[in-house]
Amino acid sequence: MKNGAFKFLIVSIAFFMHCELFAQSEGMVYIEGSRYIPLYGRDSTVVEVKDFEMDIYPVSNLEYGDFLKKNTNWQKSKALKLFTDKMYLTNWKNDLQLEASALSNSPVTYVSWFAAKAYCECQGKRLPTIDEWEYAAMADETTKDARVKPEYNKKILDWYEAPRSNENTIGMNAKNAWGVYDLHGLVWEWTLDFNSVLITGESRKDVDTDNNLFCGSAAINATDLMNYAAFMRYAIRGSLEAKYSMKNLGFRCVKPVTK
Amino acid sequence: MKLLKYSILLIITVIAFQSCKSEKKEAIVMVTDYQCPMLCEGEKTYDTEGSCPVCKMDLKMINDGSEKVLSQNNEISEASIFNLSSTWHNEEGEALQLRSLKGKTLVMVMIYTSCKAACPRLVADMRNIEAEIPKDKLKNIEFVLISIDPKIDTPQRLKSFAIENEMDDRQWTFLQGTVSGVREFANVLSVKYKEISPIDFSHSNIISVFNAEGELIHQQEGLGVNNKETISSILKVTP
Repeated sequence: MKNGAFKFLIVSIAFFMHCELFAQSEGMVYIEGSRYIPLYGRDSTVVEVKDFEMDIYPVSNLEYGDFLKKNTNWQKSKALKLFTDKMYLTNWKNDLQLEASALSNSPVTYVSWFAAKAYCECQGKRLPTIDEWEYAAMADETTKDARVKPEYNKKILDWYEAPRSNENTIGMNAKNAWGVYDLHGLVWEWTLDFNSVLITGESRKDVDTDNNLFCGSAAINATDLMNYAAFMRYAIRGSLEAKYSMKNLGFRCVKPVTK
Repeated sequence: MKLLKYSILLIITVIAFQSCKSEKKEAIVMVTDYQCPMLCEGEKTYDTEGSCPVCKMDLKMINDGSEKVLSQNNEISEASIFNLSSTWHNEEGEALQLRSLKGKTLVMVMIYTSCKAACPRLVADMRNIEAEIPKDKLKNIEFVLISIDPKIDTPQRLKSFAIENEMDDRQWTFLQGTVSGVREFANVLSVKYKEISPIDFSHSNIISVFNAEGELIHQQEGLGVNNKETISSILKVTP
């Protein structure tokens, strides 16, 4: 009888595992949604972010290596040209091994949007939207919206000037008020809808120009530096194409919370 | 002993769960499809034998000529948009994948039907291009208009848009995708777009030309620009 109960227990655990209830929260933190005004993006209107879970750390080389073992179609020699450029996984010496100079606990970089998207989907997650990413990233160590603090902005801008931070390891920066590490200070990160930023060279001539985004000099004149830091992020997003791979561009995943 | 056995089962389950199944199958093109002989569900096809859920008649095998052509040559090149596996619906409400368009030159643009500003001009550009193509070549070209607003642009709406704009001939196709399928495809075309309000988007104005293998060969950017280069690139790859 006891045995039967145990069997039942095991089967139910296995079942729940299968439903991803267990894996859901591992390595992620809960971010309580809210309404806020992003610095750029939708012309200073309020956006609503629903509750979601976010990876505590950006995806590491080690984790990406595991993904490559199971998803051979994303290995360096096999990834389709449609989805990657020739820089894809440049710091890997072959399909499964990093260059000796790269660290397994550094964030994975040289990955395209398509690759990052596939990685997250494979985990039952997805890339964060710009609004979600910016929402989580406006926290400092103690406050969930630290955007008005001069020292928060100074720190971010100092990082923007620091070279080769992508070669650092994950988790060296302090965690923010949500419990998330490295949103600032390590690498830029892909967002699901990065292509909603209309600020490329082409877009100047062929889409409605977005004055909010466009006016870098006005940002510098602003009373605080926060606009400038955010402007940099939006400018980078606007200049990307989905198959680009860059040295200092990694990603992390999120998962919507369904109640 | 039993306990050990179940622990192993548990571990196996966990491992099985962790490994991802996204090992994408190589592009396989269905050679045979099954369909209700009475067409109870319209053009709907099944890829296994069985009976029609509506009239219970046995499904009959259908072999579409175009599918045969595909099966002879189902290699898809690395840079081809036919690698995309998202599902779309055309203005007739039929489900399809992009690779079913293989074999024709594709002229593609992303629009949305409630658009008042740039889209009518983009659509006009598409029609101007179409008008410049010799009639005998049209059968080898597909002009595809893809909606960036899959919530509003249903197949019905796309169909009425097609009729309104006199773009309901064979060579015109309108596609509704999923939100993520549209985002992915826009990224393949390097098209930027953002929702400004529930019925309004800003977006890049890009007309893209693909050869019969689905490889991008030309992009025209901007509104009302000279179509000459686009037309010559279409003619170059169209038999």
